[in-house]
Amino acid sequence: MTDQISINPIPDQAPIREVTVADALRLAKEGYRIIDVREELEWNDGHIPSATLVPLGDVLDRIEAVVPDKTTPLLVHCAAGARSARAVARMQSIGYTNAVSMRGSTLDWRRLGGDWKAPQPPLTPEQQRRYSRQLLIPEIGQKGQRKLLDGKVLLIGAGGLGSPSALYLAAGGVGTIGLVDDDAVDESNLQRQVLHTADRIGMPKTESARMTLNALNPETQIVEHRERLTPDNVERLIAGYDVIVDGTDNFDTRYVLNDAALKLRKPVVHGSIYRWDGQVTTFVPFAGPCYRCMYPTQPPEELAPSCAVAGVLGVLPGIVGLLQANEVFKLLLGVGETLAGRLLMFDAMSTSFEEVKVWRDPKCPACGEDSPFLHTGQATPALEVATR
Amino acid sequence: MSSVRIPPVLRDAAGGNRTVAAAGATVAEVLGDLFRQFPALRDRVTEGGELSSFVNVYVNDRDVRYRQGLETPIGDSDTVILLPAMAGGSG
Repeated sequence: MTDQISINPIPDQAPIREVTVADALRLAKEGYRIIDVREELEWNDGHIPSATLVPLGDVLDRIEAVVPDKTTPLLVHCAAGARSARAVARMQSIGYTNAVSMRGSTLDWRRLGGDWKAPQPPLTPEQQRRYSRQLLIPEIGQKGQRKLLDGKVLLIGAGGLGSPSALYLAAGGVGTIGLVDDDAVDESNLQRQVLHTADRIGMPKTESARMTLNALNPETQIVEHRERLTPDNVERLIAGYDVIVDGTDNFDTRYVLNDAALKLRKPVVHGSIYRWDGQVTTFVPFAGPCYRCMYPTQPPEELAPSCAVAGVLGVLPGIVGLLQANEVFKLLLGVGETLAGRLLMFDAMSTSFEEVKVWRDPKCPACGEDSPFLHTGQATPALEVATR
Repeated sequence: MSSVRIPPVLRDAAGGNRTVAAAGATVAEVLGDLFRQFPALRDRVTEGGELSSFVNVYVNDRDVRYRQGLETPIGDSDTVILLPAMAGGSG
């Protein structure tokens, strides 16, 4: 280690530890928590992805909230090393014992191969116009719109529930929409599957969906997965996406998706419909209940007929699918309260909503104490979840 | 009398009713009264005297599995919801 003890950079302060950029890279690998003390404008121009922003002027006020344990090893940096030295001095003055300042530039950090997140491109004039109505919403704005444009959403099923979701996700600027469906458009679909049109009967649903969605929003990237979700392909299909929208028509697929989503830590927005009734909820892995917590075993077929057998009112999947899309927007934006831990039921016959709580079952074979997926993925994003 | 919500898949076994009034001080008693009124429901909701594992029963918005199961007390103003899973989606 080539740490150097510098002479007081600030009068009346204890000496601080400064490290070279090369040493800083090593400390970062060893697990030092990185604090960026530059201003927000500089941060927006690019930053170390794992760093936390605490501008120098806020250090004394905010550092204890950001890093409660004052013995935590901290690597503090700014643009060149002057502000970070002062920040470390201030941290030491309130009891931090293990903070070091990087003496050197962020440019050197990048040159030596340090992680760096480049600035996000600003919205184009066309995007500003297209999304102007949602840019006005305080919870979205430019930052939120950028999250939507970077968002990747996978729809299981390009049918009744997938149609309205996909239309509004594309319209709202979700950047990538994947569609898993191996069916072709049938005349009987057109009563509710509004992605498809009469002149496309016989065409693969994913292709018809791509045509409709790209006509609506040419910049949305549509990924066609012309296959059925199975235990063999489920992980490959969902791995590259941020949120999964479950609009499947059978239980086997729902259980297969549930387990893979837990394993890979993907939130699933669930929707199901029957004649005049619909159900919606959101499963956030290990932060809320999963599908198996709610329905541990699948009902016999006569108790759970598909739309093809039982029938469905055309507007019902429209309403339920849009409730699902609403969940997706909140998950991508990181705002609001999702339906995690709540099952929302819609009754079209009486036009009424009802809600029941869904608990996470500690004995759940998929997400309970003995879950085989407990140590398989990244930490679950912090989302608001109803707790017992 | 408390009110029992009948899910769509069970309505044909409950005379087409969406809601049925049933008497009883516990879930077991209310379901007993419900089955007395609509005997065909019993086999659709229970297995060997126990609630089927694929039917969730809620008292108001709480799942009785996390309360006292069939012994969960019920007041007159409470609503009992029977809720089996629904499969439908893309079709």
